[in-house]
Amino acid sequence: MLTKRIIACLDVTAGRVVKGVQFQELRDAGDPAELAAAHSNAGADEVVLLDISATHEKRATLIDTVRRTARSLFIPFTVGGGIRSLDDAMAVFDAGADKVSINSAAFADPALITRIAERYGSQAVIVAIDAKRVNGQARFEVYTNGGRRPTGRDAVACALEAEQRGAGEILLTSMDRDGTGAGFDCELTRAVSQGLNVPVIASGGGGDTRSFVDVFQSGLADAALAASIFHFGPHSLGDLKRGLQSAGIPVRWPC
Amino acid sequence: MIAVVDYRAGNLTSVMKALDHLGVNAVVTRDPEVVATADKIILPGVGHFSGTAILEKTGLRAAIMRRIEQGAPFLGICVGMQWMFESSEEAPASRGLGLFSGGCERFPENVKSPHVGWNSLTWQNGSRLFQGVPSGAYMYFTHSYRAPVVAASVARCEYGGEFCAAVEQGNLFGVQFHPEKSGATGLKLLENFCRLSC
Repeated sequence: MLTKRIIACLDVTAGRVVKGVQFQELRDAGDPAELAAAHSNAGADEVVLLDISATHEKRATLIDTVRRTARSLFIPFTVGGGIRSLDDAMAVFDAGADKVSINSAAFADPALITRIAERYGSQAVIVAIDAKRVNGQARFEVYTNGGRRPTGRDAVACALEAEQRGAGEILLTSMDRDGTGAGFDCELTRAVSQGLNVPVIASGGGGDTRSFVDVFQSGLADAALAASIFHFGPHSLGDLKRGLQSAGIPVRWPC
Repeated sequence: MIAVVDYRAGNLTSVMKALDHLGVNAVVTRDPEVVATADKIILPGVGHFSGTAILEKTGLRAAIMRRIEQGAPFLGICVGMQWMFESSEEAPASRGLGLFSGGCERFPENVKSPHVGWNSLTWQNGSRLFQGVPSGAYMYFTHSYRAPVVAASVARCEYGGEFCAAVEQGNLFGVQFHPEKSGATGLKLLENFCRLSC
């Protein structure tokens, strides 16, 4: 049976893993290569490395970090943050990434999705969508540029367009829940997942085992991504997977 | 020496990284003459079936076929395994090697496609590829088309119906999943292939 994936995310700046709350307040969490290997050994199904600085001068550091992290990682490895052109994507693939995640550029230049998909296949292209509730209602507006720029566009419509342009997966982050551990936004995840044929990775708000059970059962997520709970606790990946298994969610366990 | 055929498949780097980790002597090549003298051949693959068309143009197809007939072990991964069949709906104009009968088809519409993630396999006892791989282990898949179950299918997978997860017959081996991305169990399978003496 196809299992639900648990994805460990490493937010990286200047070669170090950091974690913020609602896109702010960063704290140091360690070395990317070491953490990626530790998460893989602990039972993560995939690793995502997001370059959250993504400024021009830091690109060289990123490529080196990707190469170092990929070297001893034998599970799927995605790299995102600051990928604005096919050349940027190629550099990351060459350094050992299996997939790229594109965010702002997918909205500024939607044809980029197709260009990368044509060269590397759709399975290698993840479009990351950051969305926020509008006035607390079940409407979700897409933001770009690290959550700083509102686009006025609807998350469900954007995800569908990304799929049509060749995205192989959608990484959907609830900005309201990011880093809070208060649970995923299941309503947002369900709205996007229902309308799509490609898998949806839920992100933002992952906390206790219940929150993961909910996002798979009621949010219809195909995968769930979290960062700080795996770096700082409260529970290990193994505990989480055992908990999911007892709740009847198919997961890869033991690994 | 193992020849890993370079036809711009997306997972070439990952396959080489895994072989390097296993301490295997492997070279990346697009030269038919290197293929002609290789002890074993690995054809990686991920993406579109039409990508295999380049193998025909460059003379690699003929070199691979000749080396297979001489008995060299061959492993096709993902699209590389699909290419061992006759054809694929994904690219009707491209022909496969036809080592196994039947063509690859799209997943039915009642399941999401591509099939992405870790899925469990059932495999037959006596398979050389799966020797030492624990029963019920998971492998990582990412594909939109699937090969039919044939007599040589030593492993099957279930997603919108049963499909072929691995083939094994004589010196021919193919896997739909990505052993280079399937953690310790995937590495074990690659190691089994590399240690074969056919």
